[in-house]
Amino acid sequence: MAQKSDKRKDIHTVSMLVANKPGVLVRCAQVFARRGFNIDALVVSASVNPKFSRMTITATGDPGTLEQIVKQTSKLIDVIHCGEHTRKDSIDREYALIKIKSGSPASKAAIRKLVKSRAHVLDENNGAIIVGQTGTTEELDSLEESLKKFGIIEMVRSGKLVMAKGKEPT
Amino acid sequence: MSTTNPAKPKKQMTGAEALIKCLENFGVEYIFGLSGGAAIPIFDALVGSRIKLVLVRHEQGATHIADGYARATGKPGVVLVTSGPGATNTVTGIMTAHMDSVPMIVLTGQTISPMLGKDAFQESDIFGITMPVVKHSYLVRNTNDIPRIIKEAFHITNTGRPGPILIDLPKDITSAPFTGNSLNPPMDLPGYHVPDKGRLTDIKKIAKLFNESSRPLLLIGHGAVLSRAGDAIKKLAYKLQAPVTNTLLGKGEFPETDPLSLGMLGMHGTAYANKALTRCDLICSIGSRWDDRINGNPPKFCPGAKKIHIDIDAAEMGKIVQPDACCVGDARLVVEELLKYVKPHDTKNWLKELDGYRQQYPLKFETKGGLTAQYVLHELQEIIQGKAIVTTDVGQHQMWSAQFNLSTEGRKWISSGGAGTMGFGFPAAIGAQFGRPNDLVVAVVGDGGFQMTLAELSTLYNSKLPVKVLIIDNKYLGMVRQWQELFFDNRLSGVDLEGNPDFVKLAEAYRIKGVHIGHVHECRAKLKEAIDHPGPVVIHAEVIKEDNVFPMVPAGKSADEMIIEAPSKDKKLEKPTGST
Repeated sequence: MAQKSDKRKDIHTVSMLVANKPGVLVRCAQVFARRGFNIDALVVSASVNPKFSRMTITATGDPGTLEQIVKQTSKLIDVIHCGEHTRKDSIDREYALIKIKSGSPASKAAIRKLVKSRAHVLDENNGAIIVGQTGTTEELDSLEESLKKFGIIEMVRSGKLVMAKGKEPT
Repeated sequence: MSTTNPAKPKKQMTGAEALIKCLENFGVEYIFGLSGGAAIPIFDALVGSRIKLVLVRHEQGATHIADGYARATGKPGVVLVTSGPGATNTVTGIMTAHMDSVPMIVLTGQTISPMLGKDAFQESDIFGITMPVVKHSYLVRNTNDIPRIIKEAFHITNTGRPGPILIDLPKDITSAPFTGNSLNPPMDLPGYHVPDKGRLTDIKKIAKLFNESSRPLLLIGHGAVLSRAGDAIKKLAYKLQAPVTNTLLGKGEFPETDPLSLGMLGMHGTAYANKALTRCDLICSIGSRWDDRINGNPPKFCPGAKKIHIDIDAAEMGKIVQPDACCVGDARLVVEELLKYVKPHDTKNWLKELDGYRQQYPLKFETKGGLTAQYVLHELQEIIQGKAIVTTDVGQHQMWSAQFNLSTEGRKWISSGGAGTMGFGFPAAIGAQFGRPNDLVVAVVGDGGFQMTLAELSTLYNSKLPVKVLIIDNKYLGMVRQWQELFFDNRLSGVDLEGNPDFVKLAEAYRIKGVHIGHVHECRAKLKEAIDHPGPVVIHAEVIKEDNVFPMVPAGKSADEMIIEAPSKDKKLEKPTGST
């Protein structure tokens, strides 16, 4: 865990408003790739105005390079706005789906008990339970950790959604 | 004069016809291109147009011709090619224009829309392939979008920091009827903003640093040329009594013959310009990007100097050098404003110190032991006296030409700087001559680079333009050979150009006059004869094979580690750590 939290220091969340056109995602991703930033998570979604889409990118790398990436991404003609967000100025949430082996009736009960307060059971089928939950990255990391002992079959996470606090646009 | 409104489309126009009409309305004089299946509707629409089509022999040539045209005139060069290999052959030229911020519009034919992504004949995903090397690009999906896209392309390519635009045009889109209402529709560019005069608070901060400095240095880059900032820079330099140095692409915007000019700095710049870097207490870049040719070792760059950066591209701020003060804006407008806030300086001691370096380390060359490239270029300078537009290729001849051909005006020095594209110089000269038919245009090229795009000798012959091509032939890829000699124990590998053609005969095969220069004593007269010839000429100067460009700051080193002249044979130099 210590290692994980050290790594988190270099994780950045960048939000951009982009033209809703083919190819825009590639142009933005190229700027990150060229500077050696690995994209950890990426969410593209509709914005209020159908002409524009919202992209939220979570990526790992040093802050100086990130500043350059933000500037170079802002330069793209199809990018209306691009900026980094931190917890100070924004809220963030993500969603996780985790599939666990349900095993014996005893372990099923233990899973239900654990999940009850922290997630939702969405499906039980063929010896597997799917639980789902919304939370901050840390909350979902902790949920994952506590479910590990039951045997996680697979996990899908949405990546962060970010919104600026107050009247400031994201 | 026709009284019809050019913005109103005539009936029964195809997409291609609408495209050509739009280009005409933007004042396009020339299209440089090569035809092919997917582009036939566009070539068809050119029949009868007032735009002159210049048919090249290879698409790369078209892009460099368009590039030379753009750099010489300030107007975007327009290229038209077909899909597949026609389109991919433009990639080097697009990248060259992108690296040096040149306005260019490249129109590529494309397979029909329903076949896109299905490996159709001569289909290449040129939109995807060129994405990292364009300022912006379009894949046209709707015929009626053509006028808006053309209008946006002309706006984007030549405002802010210029750069190439690619427009991929599927054949069904150019063949279909244009049913839009206007050839001059509004643009839709909510994400594009052009910085202009910069923020006054930034300019005042810059002025304050200038007013506190006693050894200021101005560094002029391509951005100053693009914004035609020369007059403003002259006023600034004189008011501050500040010495001026320029990058390879900044040549001429501040005259290199001016007493305040130190000439070009950097890897093969003058020793005195590089000495100034180590001694200045303030350096102000106007439209340069602190490129690794002038700044091989950023932490050791101009130690102790305040760094000021004026550039139209916000992404350049802090990219290589962290500035103490900066201003995002057009070079000319920012400098004009800055002039109001800087105070006249007394820099006598600083200029005297630099003059000492100038006396101590002049540019020099051998006049004995055969014909040297430097001698030929020195003689060329004596003949043209800064009056010609000089284009160059890439390598030793380029650096010697930069050292000896002193530029006195912007847009008279055209060279591939950022990209270092061999094969650029000759076609770029054709483009420059198209753009400025009344100027003398000389292409200085090496024997290696010239052979990469010499097919355009046909284009030159057909155009009847009086371009002079000076081939500095040392029968080597000389710059690489220099590196191998200095840093790789003279283990020559892949540099011997044995098998070069007889360039005079080659020119004559294209019905172009050829002149051979082999000796010092005939150099001036033969050069003069060639320059005075009313038509195109290929001048073949056979120079000594093994010669090196000095001064040299090895890649990755700082200016104080400059090698001023050839080291003794037994002195071993360590391999450079920087990029090429």
